[in-house]
Amino acid sequence: MTQKLSFADAIREALDLKMSQDSDVILMGEDVAGGAEVDHLQDDEAWGGVLGVTKGLVKKYGRNRVLDTPISESALIGSAVSAASTGLRPVAELMFNDFMGVCFDQLLNQGAKFRYMFGGKVKTPVTIRTTHGAGFRAAAQHSQSLYSMFTFVPGLKVVVPSTPADAKGLLIAAIEDDDPVIFSEDKTLYNIKGEVPEGEYKIPLGKADIKRSGSDLTIVGIGKQVHTALKAADELAKRGIEAEVVDPRSLSPLDSTTILESVEKTSRLVVVDESNPRCNVATDIAAMVADQGFDFLDAPIKRVTAPHTPVPFSPTLEDLYLPSSEKIIAAVEEMVGETLTTA
Amino acid sequence: MENTEVKKSSINKGHGLWMFRKMVQIRKFEDSVHDIFARGDIPGFVHLYAGEEAVAVGICAHLTDQDFITSTHRGHGHCIAKECDLKGMMAEIYGKATGLCKGKGGSMHIADFEKGMLGANGIVGGGPPLACGSALTAKVKGTDQVTACFFGDGGNNQGTFHEGLNLAAIWKLPVVFVAENNGYAEATPFHYASSCTNIADRAQSYNIPGVIVDGKDVVAVYQVAREAVERARRGEGPTLIECKTYRNYGHFEGDAQTYKTEAETKEHLAEKDAIQRIKQYLTEEGIATNEDLETIEQEVEQEVQDAIQFAEESPFPAEDQLLTDVYVSYPTDGGVA
Repeated sequence: MTQKLSFADAIREALDLKMSQDSDVILMGEDVAGGAEVDHLQDDEAWGGVLGVTKGLVKKYGRNRVLDTPISESALIGSAVSAASTGLRPVAELMFNDFMGVCFDQLLNQGAKFRYMFGGKVKTPVTIRTTHGAGFRAAAQHSQSLYSMFTFVPGLKVVVPSTPADAKGLLIAAIEDDDPVIFSEDKTLYNIKGEVPEGEYKIPLGKADIKRSGSDLTIVGIGKQVHTALKAADELAKRGIEAEVVDPRSLSPLDSTTILESVEKTSRLVVVDESNPRCNVATDIAAMVADQGFDFLDAPIKRVTAPHTPVPFSPTLEDLYLPSSEKIIAAVEEMVGETLTTA
Repeated sequence: MENTEVKKSSINKGHGLWMFRKMVQIRKFEDSVHDIFARGDIPGFVHLYAGEEAVAVGICAHLTDQDFITSTHRGHGHCIAKECDLKGMMAEIYGKATGLCKGKGGSMHIADFEKGMLGANGIVGGGPPLACGSALTAKVKGTDQVTACFFGDGGNNQGTFHEGLNLAAIWKLPVVFVAENNGYAEATPFHYASSCTNIADRAQSYNIPGVIVDGKDVVAVYQVAREAVERARRGEGPTLIECKTYRNYGHFEGDAQTYKTEAETKEHLAEKDAIQRIKQYLTEEGIATNEDLETIEQEVEQEVQDAIQFAEESPFPAEDQLLTDVYVSYPTDGGVA
C-alpha cells in the first residue's frame, strides 16, 4: 500500500514512526516545536520546524522528547552526539547545513571519532537532519551543499534522498543505524509529491537506486540533481540517446558496484552534483570509476557541478550557479561528439 | 562565594583513604610518565595532571560507575579518579594493543564508558556540550546519574563553555561544571586571557551557583562537590565549581615553562602540595596513621610499576587494526570504502 505524500510529510512520517516505536528516539533543534514556555500556546508548537517538517510531533510526544534548543549549535550537536553515546537515539535538526560552521567540532573531532578513538567500545547512534541546496533565494550562508564535506569524514555516514519514498525509507534506516548519520535534505524538494509505502519501510544505507534505465550513458545525480538528470534524460531520449540515471542515495557508504555496473553497460558517465567542484562527491565518483572502471569507458567522464564560488543571491546569478538539464545535455553532447560519429 | 567553612570532620575513613590512594596513584603515575617520556619511550606528546590531584579526586569521590565525566587533554588524573585501570591506561599511552582504547586513542583520548569515563579530549572546550548530552540522557531516562564536566581556564574562553552552561541551566541538567584554573592556558596567564576575576563569576550570567574552592585542598573540594553533586541528583540543575590549582609540570612534556615564576613554583610544589596536605589532614584527624599511608604509597608504587611493565611487554596493535572500529557497520563493496 502506498499513499501520496510530500517530501516533508514523508520525513515527518518516518520521525513519527520511529518515535512511536522507540522511546529513546528524541528530536532536538532550534524551533523543532517553537514557542517553548509560551503560556498561551499551552505546549502546542509555534512552528514545528522553520520549514514545518516536524509539525505536530510535540503535541504527540511532548516537550520531553521534542526539545527546542537555544540558538547554540555546538551545544545542540555536542549534546546530541553525547546523548547518543550514552544511551539515547537522538535526531538533531541543524536548520541549515551552513550552520555547521559554528559547531563542526562536535561532529568532526567528537562524534565521528568516538568509536575509533575509543577502540571500538562505543556506538553513537545519532542522526543529524539538515538542509542543503540553492534555488531558495537564500544567498551564500543558507544555500550551500556541504554533504561532500561530511562524506570526507571517516566515522560519518551521509545520506541524500531525492524522493519522498526514499526520504522515508532512508530516514528510518538512518535513525536505526548505530553510527552517526548526516541526513541532508534539499530544502527545495519539501513540496514535491510521490507515492510512499505505508507503515514500516526501510531502505538500507549504501544501496543505490536506478531511477531510469538506459543503455547509452550513465548519469549519476545527487539529491535534487536526480530530478535534473531525469529531465535531461527525457530530452536526450528525444535525440535517440537513452540515459541511465543512478541515484546513490547514500554518499557514505557509497554503492560503487551499482555505478560501475551501469558504466560497464553504457561506457559513458556524467556526474551531477550541486556542491562546489573541488574535492566534491562528483570528483570522488569520477575518480572511483576512472580507477576501477577505466576499461569500460569510451569517453572522458564529465562532471556537472556548481562553480567554485559562493552561492549568489540575485535570481539570475543563482539560476546560473545551479546545475541544469541544459548543462547536462551540453556535457553529453561534448562527450558523444568525441566518441560517436552519429548521435 | 569563597568556601571557607569546611566541615572537615565529616570525611569518613573510607573516603579519606580512597582519596589518598587515588591522589598518590595520580602523582606516581604522572611522575612516571614524565620520566618515561623523557627517555623517549612514549610516542606523541603528553599533558600531565600532577599537582591538580585534589580536583579530580575530590569531585569523583561522590560519583559511581553509573555517573559520567567528560575530561580534557590533561585527562590522566580524571581517568584514575574515575577508577580506570592503570595498566590499560599506561598501555594506551604507550600505543599498545592492550590499552583501554586498543592503542587507537592515546593519552588525549583515553575513555572507559564502563566506568562512566566519556573520554579525555584533545579539543580545548570540547567537553561542555558533551556533558550536556550525557546529562540529557539521564534526564530523559529519568535516572539520577550526574555528569561532572572538567575543563581548564583555557576552556572557559571557548564558546562551547558558555553554550554548555546556558543549556544545562535552562534545562536544569544534572551537570557539575568543574573549572580547573591552573593559572595558565598553555603559556598564557589566566589574568590576561579571561575578562573575569574568577571563572566562577561567570556562573552568575547563567543563574547557577558559582563556587570558588582551593583546588590544592582535597577536603575543601570534596565538601563543595558533595553539595553540587547532590543538587544535580535532586534535579535542581548545574553548579559551576572553580578550583584554583597549579600544574607541577608544563603544558606538555618538553615545555620549558619560562612563564612560571620561581616563587609560585615553590609555593605550589612545596608549601601547598595537595598530597602533603591530605596526609597531614588524615593523620591529624586520626583517620589514618603514617604507617597506613606509607603502606598505601608502597602498594601504589607497585601498581604503577606493574602498569609500566604491562605496557612495555604488551604488543603493538596488529596491522588489521588500522581499518577496524571506524563504524559499527559499513557495507563495502570493493569500491570507495
